Amino acid sequence: MLTFTLRRLLLAIPTLLVISLVIFLLVDLAPGSPMSEIPLTVPPDVRQKMIEALGADQPVFVRYFLWLRQFFWVEPAYVIDHWFGTSLAAGEQRILSWQSRSPVFTIIGQRLPQTLTVIGTAYLVGILIALPIGIYSAYRQYSLFDQGGTLFAMIGFSVPTFFSGTLFIIIFAVWLGWFPTKYDTQLVVNDWESFVKQVKQMALPVMTLGLANAAAISRYMRSSMLDNMTMDYVRTARAKGMSERTVVLKHVLRNSLIPVVTVIALGIPSIFGGAIITENLFGVNGIGAALIGAIRASDLPMVQTLAFIFAVLIVLFNLIADILYGLLDPRIRYD
Amino acid sequence: MKLRTALMGAVAVLGLAPAAFAERGADGEVKLTFPQAVSIMNPYLSGGTKDIYASSMVLEPLAGLDPEGVLIPKLVTEIPTLENGGVSEDRTSITWKLLPDLKWSDGTPVTAEDAVFTWQYCTHPEGGCSQATKFEGVASVEALDASTIKVTFDGPKANPYTAFVSALSPVLQKSQFESCLGAAAPTCTDANNMPIGTGPFMVTGFAVNDTVSLAANPNYRDPAKPAFATAVIKGGGDAEGSARAVMETGEFDYAWNTQIPPDSQAAMAAAGKGQFVVAFGTLVERLETNTTDPDPALPEGERSTAKHPHPILSDIRVRTALSKAIDRSILVEVGYGAGGKPTCNVIPGPEGWASDNDGCIAQDMEGAKALLDEAGWIDTNGDGVRDKDGKKLKLLYQTTVNPIRQDFQALIKDWWTELGVEVELKAIDPGVFFGGDPGSPDTFQKFYADIEMYANNSESPDPESYLGQYQCKNAPTPETQWQGENINRFCNPEYDALYATLATTTDIAERQAIAKKLNDMVTKDSMIVIPLVHRGTLSAHSLALGGVQINAWDTEMWNVADWFRVK
Amino acid sequence: MTDASSTPPKPASQLRDIWSQFSTHKGALFGLIVLGSLILAVLIGPYLWVPEKLTVAEAIKLKNQGPSLRFPLGTDQLGRDMLYRMLLAGRVSLAVGLVAMTIAIVFGTFIGILAGYFRRLDSPLMRLTDMFLALPLIPLLLVMVMLFRDRIAGMIGPELGAFTLIVFAIGITSWMATARIVRGEVLTLKEREYVLAARSIGARPNRIILRHILPNVVSPVMVAATLGVAEAIITESVLSFLGLGFPPDFPTWGRLLFDGLQYMQVYPERVIWPGLAISLTVLSVNYIGDGLRDALDPRIRGR
Repeated sequence: MLTFTLRRLLLAIPTLLVISLVIFLLVDLAPGSPMSEIPLTVPPDVRQKMIEALGADQPVFVRYFLWLRQFFWVEPAYVIDHWFGTSLAAGEQRILSWQSRSPVFTIIGQRLPQTLTVIGTAYLVGILIALPIGIYSAYRQYSLFDQGGTLFAMIGFSVPTFFSGTLFIIIFAVWLGWFPTKYDTQLVVNDWESFVKQVKQMALPVMTLGLANAAAISRYMRSSMLDNMTMDYVRTARAKGMSERTVVLKHVLRNSLIPVVTVIALGIPSIFGGAIITENLFGVNGIGAALIGAIRASDLPMVQTLAFIFAVLIVLFNLIADILYGLLDPRIRYD
Repeated sequence: MKLRTALMGAVAVLGLAPAAFAERGADGEVKLTFPQAVSIMNPYLSGGTKDIYASSMVLEPLAGLDPEGVLIPKLVTEIPTLENGGVSEDRTSITWKLLPDLKWSDGTPVTAEDAVFTWQYCTHPEGGCSQATKFEGVASVEALDASTIKVTFDGPKANPYTAFVSALSPVLQKSQFESCLGAAAPTCTDANNMPIGTGPFMVTGFAVNDTVSLAANPNYRDPAKPAFATAVIKGGGDAEGSARAVMETGEFDYAWNTQIPPDSQAAMAAAGKGQFVVAFGTLVERLETNTTDPDPALPEGERSTAKHPHPILSDIRVRTALSKAIDRSILVEVGYGAGGKPTCNVIPGPEGWASDNDGCIAQDMEGAKALLDEAGWIDTNGDGVRDKDGKKLKLLYQTTVNPIRQDFQALIKDWWTELGVEVELKAIDPGVFFGGDPGSPDTFQKFYADIEMYANNSESPDPESYLGQYQCKNAPTPETQWQGENINRFCNPEYDALYATLATTTDIAERQAIAKKLNDMVTKDSMIVIPLVHRGTLSAHSLALGGVQINAWDTEMWNVADWFRVK
Repeated sequence: MTDASSTPPKPASQLRDIWSQFSTHKGALFGLIVLGSLILAVLIGPYLWVPEKLTVAEAIKLKNQGPSLRFPLGTDQLGRDMLYRMLLAGRVSLAVGLVAMTIAIVFGTFIGILAGYFRRLDSPLMRLTDMFLALPLIPLLLVMVMLFRDRIAGMIGPELGAFTLIVFAIGITSWMATARIVRGEVLTLKEREYVLAARSIGARPNRIILRHILPNVVSPVMVAATLGVAEAIITESVLSFLGLGFPPDFPTWGRLLFDGLQYMQVYPERVIWPGLAISLTVLSVNYIGDGLRDALDPRIRGR
């Protein structure tokens, strides 16, 4: 298993380099320009000057290698300088967003906390709701509970978040007045009062996203459990006189987790990637909102950096999923 | 408490000067929300309205514009004119006098050197300054003494109020931006995000594309202002959400740009927490006709160029018929409500500059049909679509993705179908449409369609530079990488000649007459542009926020120092 | 009911067998009937329910009406008949949802099985999957439009061209999850005793895959399919914001839902109809999937 992990990690480097080039070329090829949000009153020659000042008129490979250098050398150097007080970076240019002229990593640093708290909590809530629903629905297939769970799941994923989010805003913020509609990213939690405030402002986005996540995961859990419920080993276990609890939670569950692990591993990078629509709707302004804003403004350095970090996480979590497969089912061998 | 509230309410209603009670910072926090988040607080590096509005609470120009479009002094003692000698007789220079004892928010004095530096900053060839047009024609900016600024032009300037006028062209602090000249401009992150200004507020925290935190400027020139101790600008979401946060949940005091359907406006206003305010500038939603042939069968490089005149739209009768078939009042009712008015002009205001051209307001379907008949477009085969010489009267009509524009497309398509015109609709992502990427077929400049719809405006009440776009030389072509503002490829030597006289005319009445004539030449005389709706900017403010006076000629936050809490 | 386990069944009788199991599944039949009637309604509905011809001025006076005999589902903000628009929209949405889902599922399952079963293909195919997962969706779609829209439209006409491009775009951007899930399942399945047994008697890989592996990955695939339909219908509405979709006067359920959003408070029925239609479609696909899974499971079948 260790050699497998090491080999995969080594293989990840060329993979990620190829991915980064493909992303760069793709984003560069996409129509749109960093000037698209500038009002029409700004004349073409001034626009041209602005593009030149951004360096956006350089050939694509020059910009790609500049980005590679900044990402793998200058940015880490800044981090090291920051920690150890060295001066490795020597004032070299960091990756700057074209839209805001701020260093991309400063923006990510500002946005990561709310993304992780809001989207992460929503994902966790989703999983915690989904697993019991999925397990019990499968155990009591076609019971009233199962039918209810199915209905919940169907509504959960046939209703897009832009719809459920707006609905929650109207019900819980406009009519009932329980929760705010706009997330305050500057809120510092340091006492009970501010904690309550934080919980309140997280309520709506977490509900919206949690519903969508729970719906999908519960379906995979249920179907996989159903597949295993009828297996011979379950009959054997029951025949041996094991309690239902042990049979279901130990034997069936463990063997049913593989597709669920895959789905969850696919979902975790998307926590970092943020939930674009939900973040925008509630003004959470996390990474997802940054990405969509950057795409709209053709802010290439920002899009490229975010997409690349996202790619790293995807490769990493798919590797973790593969390792988990081996733990869940020792028969799986990678050599 | 109740009595006090009632009394204060009465005071506010009677309009007694709130300044009588005013004390700096007495009213707590004012919360603003923008549907687009603020990216940068330096207007010279951004062009986005959101950034300019936000920075206008901190950075100030020498003079601004009030809601009537009239110049008002900000950092200067008075507006220089020919009469008071501030503008030289030959109109080649203008001299501004700074207010005495003016201080930056860090306590250092504001001097004429700061203005000189600002000019150098924006005109540096490598700086990529987005407001470079504000300094166009400026030969030099000098500090005659510590508080006197002389702007010299390279010739007589009919409108000398460009540099350092309005929120687009504020004064930067020299000591803060000194190391940020030219290519270094974008790298000064701290200065760009937290500029030191003279305005009523100063930046205390800046989260990119999210939140700007501000506090009252302790050195603001009026010791009683601003009434608020702190201010927050939260960005993100959409117009709907911003409007709701002010009008229904009351979380925010002010929302800029809340363009939502008229029905929703009424429903939100009924909640009784806030009100919508609208200001009309020069923003006109219009149909642009293509005078060149966008036929995909033409070779790339010749499509939509002057080489091939448009087979259908080159005929003024067809263009006029298309305009006559439209009922603009229905468009306003569906899309904008109180936030729009029907118009036939590209320059709908201000008073004095707008032509009295209103011949297009009344819909005339029969007249439109007659015109097409006269032009030879007749439905010969009875399929409901007119044709001529075996060619069908078919138009491709494109715009950006936007719910109101899609409603307009549907309505206009219905009218034109009734007229016997076959219409194909297309909606394009605004980032692509306005992006100007020469590689994309979908930019508004490339105009690979017959008709396109968008809105445009003049950034100042004087429309000189705005009218310049219809000059023949400004047509986008493959040679100019498809850059250029003359979207229609309109080319009329008479127009160009008259426009040239505008630049040298100084008498205001004469200028207005020329502007009206130019406006008529592209609208009713030629129907090259088919104006639809004069759009206002719609914003919302809480009933608990007093002092708001919406302004279409300058930033909406132009009088933020006077805002106060209605108690 | 035949006893499937005693005699090796011929393919024809196996199909009949699956159907007989499927038809005893109440949910599956319900799903089939609902989906069938939805498809029927959108196919012939627009011919049966032809809205009155109104001029713009007349229609505007009738805007935002609630349900009535004249307009069974009310009218929209321009006074257009919602029932007619819902029926037209259903054609596109159902077609896009079902076809795009099929493409994604078939392609995803194919990649997943290859990667899971053949060790040599695992690494390259999964790295490809990683790459597709990592590509930012919106630029990818914008590039596709820019490169292909006019060309495809030139070949097969604008509407069919738009349909092909949309279905292809959704398909190519949503197969990855299925591929990863199927691969994970195949990894464990191929080590099961019956697969090892089949391999030891010399069965060829394609036979093992078809007979032993495929039937056993049906259940997660069915879940992915159910999710896929919903996602494709919604994604279509997102695509139209990028100018990738159908012309703007072409209604789809996703777009009606999105357009209705800003009127949700004032005229809630504007979002209820498209929301209901999408949910019903997804629900019926889900039940059909449930029934199919039960019918394909040899352990349940014949019990």
